[in-house]
Parts: sequence; structure tokens; C-alpha cells
Amino acid sequence: MDKEKWEPKIAAFVCNWCTYTGADLAGTSRIKYPSNTKLIRVMCSGSVDPVFILKAFERGADGVLVSGCHPNDCHYNAGNFHARRRWDFFHKLLDFIGIEKERLQFSWISASEGKKFADVISKITKDIKSLGPFKAYKQMNSEFTVNFPEYNESSNSINKELQ
Amino acid sequence: MEVLRKYASELLEKKAVAAVIGYVRVSDKRTRPAIITNPEDTSSLVFDNYCLNNLSVYLTKARIKALCRTSDKPMKLAITAKPCDVHSIVALIQENQIHRDDIHIISFNCGGVVKDFGLEFSKETLASKCIHCESQKPVYFDKLFGEEKKIPAAEDKQLQKINEIDSMSTEERFEFFKKEFDKCIKCYACRAVCPLCYCQRCITDKTIPCWIESSSHQRGNFSWNIVRAFHLSARCTGCGECERACPMDIPLGLINRTMAIEAKKSFSFVSGRSLEIPTLVGSFDVKDSDELFM
Repeated sequence: MDKEKWEPKIAAFVCNWCTYTGADLAGTSRIKYPSNTKLIRVMCSGSVDPVFILKAFERGADGVLVSGCHPNDCHYNAGNFHARRRWDFFHKLLDFIGIEKERLQFSWISASEGKKFADVISKITKDIKSLGPFKAYKQMNSEFTVNFPEYNESSNSINKELQ
Repeated sequence: MEVLRKYASELLEKKAVAAVIGYVRVSDKRTRPAIITNPEDTSSLVFDNYCLNNLSVYLTKARIKALCRTSDKPMKLAITAKPCDVHSIVALIQENQIHRDDIHIISFNCGGVVKDFGLEFSKETLASKCIHCESQKPVYFDKLFGEEKKIPAAEDKQLQKINEIDSMSTEERFEFFKKEFDKCIKCYACRAVCPLCYCQRCITDKTIPCWIESSSHQRGNFSWNIVRAFHLSARCTGCGECERACPMDIPLGLINRTMAIEAKKSFSFVSGRSLEIPTLVGSFDVKDSDELFM
């Protein structure tokens, strides 16, 4: 792949109450940030299951961002506290398994921090760009499509629908 | 051994317990789990260095729980547990899967077990969990048997391997685990044998949407093994049953122990040691570190 032309794909799981609204603010304030990140809105950072992240990697994401309300600001009082403890372990586990730490990042962005949202997106895009494509997982994907062509066709049709 | 048999048969005769979950000898160096409801059958109960299974896995099974409701008044379940198995029981009580009052724990002062059936018990064949065992005495019990024994000192190869993996580069680590997970045949023996994998419906069994691909391809294998390890991180009590049950010899204990080490390092928490404190992942502290978050 031509490194010049390659653009990373980043999936961002953002909480409805803070980060998603913060992203909205970044947009309405016309702050520029890289367009590599696809936002996926969830109700709380505590509701992001680790399999969402693994699925994102499986489907070709080069990096994943999980973002929610600042501690003490959670719409559901304690969702992000639970998430914080859980992500600490998940991050360490992925590191031990051999997935670069920068591939999975976390942040707290409140609804009023449009500028911070743009900064975080710029930072993660820069980090992933310097790491390059997530070849290790992508290789497993290509092997998978050779062995299971039917599965690939069905998932392709889903992808087309999404596009 | 005789005192154990007598005690168990008395419990059953008095109808103090509905069943005794224990070990029964199969051959010279092999035991199997047995659920005994008849006092006469207690004569085959044993406890020695070949009692490998963690019997607490049966406590959450609906069919075993149903035994307690066979007579008019609800009865207890008696379980023979090694001190390390008691940790699993404690974790199950903490997670509200069983009630302390429903369980009668018969425990032993443990002198270690072999790593697999059929091996002569010695320093070399000691199970890896026994090498770094810090709990030869049970933390909770209703009846304790046996004298205090010493576990033979042996080299902690598991810890050496963890340190070796830690010193590898990220790519090398990924290659190492890719090779290990590639062996996985998705038999889910690790799940079946784990006392803490008690979900009625596991996430891998959910196919719409399919989060974890069920074919034993590397990609699904990776997801399965990561999810299994994550669901057990800071919960795993280190009984080592998953590694023993794995027919493909995937070193699952390495991952479990690494996560246990992390839990101890960051939160000074060891799973299944005390009923006084809540589980680590089931609780939170507002003062937890924010280091990970931008």
C-alpha cells in the first residue's frame, strides 16, 4: 500500500451526552479536524462492550477511540467510573496480547469542549498514521476471506448497504 | 480419609446436606468428581494430591442447585474444596451466584496437587498454581481436615514466561499469541470448566449479531480468547482449570496470571480472598487513576 496515499480508519465510540454533543459543538464552531474518524454514538461510555472494539479491528479499523463524560459528569451517575476500571484492564490485556497501546485510546470530552474534541481526533489520527495500517489484524482478515468466501460475500453486502 | 468419609456420611444421614460434592478414586493416580446423595456411597470419597478438579464449578449448575429443594425444607450442599477452590467459592458468593449459608465447605490443609492425572507427585510434576501458592489454608470453611503440609519448592516457570513475554516487542508478542490462539479449536472446555464462567448464555453463543465468529479461524479465535481473558480479568482466582482442560495446551494461565498481577499492582486486589470487600470490576472508586484518559 502506498504510504503517502494511505489514510487510517478510526472508529470512535462516543457517549451521547457529552462527547457526541462536544463533536456537535466542534462542527457548529467550524473547528477543523481530520475526517478519518467515524463516530458511533452510544448511550454511555460504560455501555461499550470490548467486543465492539474487537469487531472494529476485525472489520478493518486501524484505531479505536472510546470517549465519554468526565468523571462525576456521567448522565447515569457512575457509568464512566465503571468504564474507567474496566478499560484499564482491557488496555493492559491488549498490550499483553501484542496490540499497540496507541491503537486503542480513551478520553473524557464534555459537551462544551468542542476544541478538545478536535484536538483528540487530531492526536489519535496522527498517532495511528505514524503506526501505519494495522497489518497484523488485516492479515488475519485476508486469510479469513480466502477460507470463508461465503461469509465475506454476506459481510460485503452489509458493508455496501452501510455505505 | 476415614474421618472425611465418616463426616460426609453423617452429614447425609442427618439430612444436614442434600449432597456431597467430592472426589472419588478412579485408579491409582486418577480421581473424578462425584455428587453423592446416598450415605453409603461416601465410602469411596478421597482427598489427596490427585484431586485436581475445581468442584465449585458445579455449585452454579441448575441441576445441582435443584438437589437442595428435593425435600420439604431447603438443604445445604456440602463441597470438598482445596483452599484454592475456596477462593472460587468466595468469588461466587461475592457475585451473588450462591449464598454462603447454602454451602457447607469441607476443606483441607493442602500440600499441592500434580499438574495432570497419571503423574507421580513430585517437585517436577507440581501444578503451576501450587508453585506460587500463598493459601495452603482455606480462608473460609465449615470443617477442616488434615495436618499442615509443605508444598515442595519448585521453579516458577510461569512467571519466568510472563517476564519473557513482557520483555518482547509488541510484534513478537502478537506473533506469540497468534501462534498459540491458532491452536484453538473452539471446544469451549475452558469455559465449561471455569467456575466463574457461569453465564446462562455466553456471548459466543449469541449469533445474531455474531460478535465472536464460531469457526475456529484465527480471527474468531483471537476475539474469543481476548474476551474470555477480559471477562475473567480481576475475577480469576487462578485455579488453573482452563489451562488443564485445554486439549490444545494453550497457555491460558499466562494471560490470567498477568491480569491478576496487574490487579494486584494497580488496585492491591486479589480475587476471592475476602467476603468483606466487593469485587474489583463490580465496584469503583472515584479516586481511580485517570492516567489512561486524554
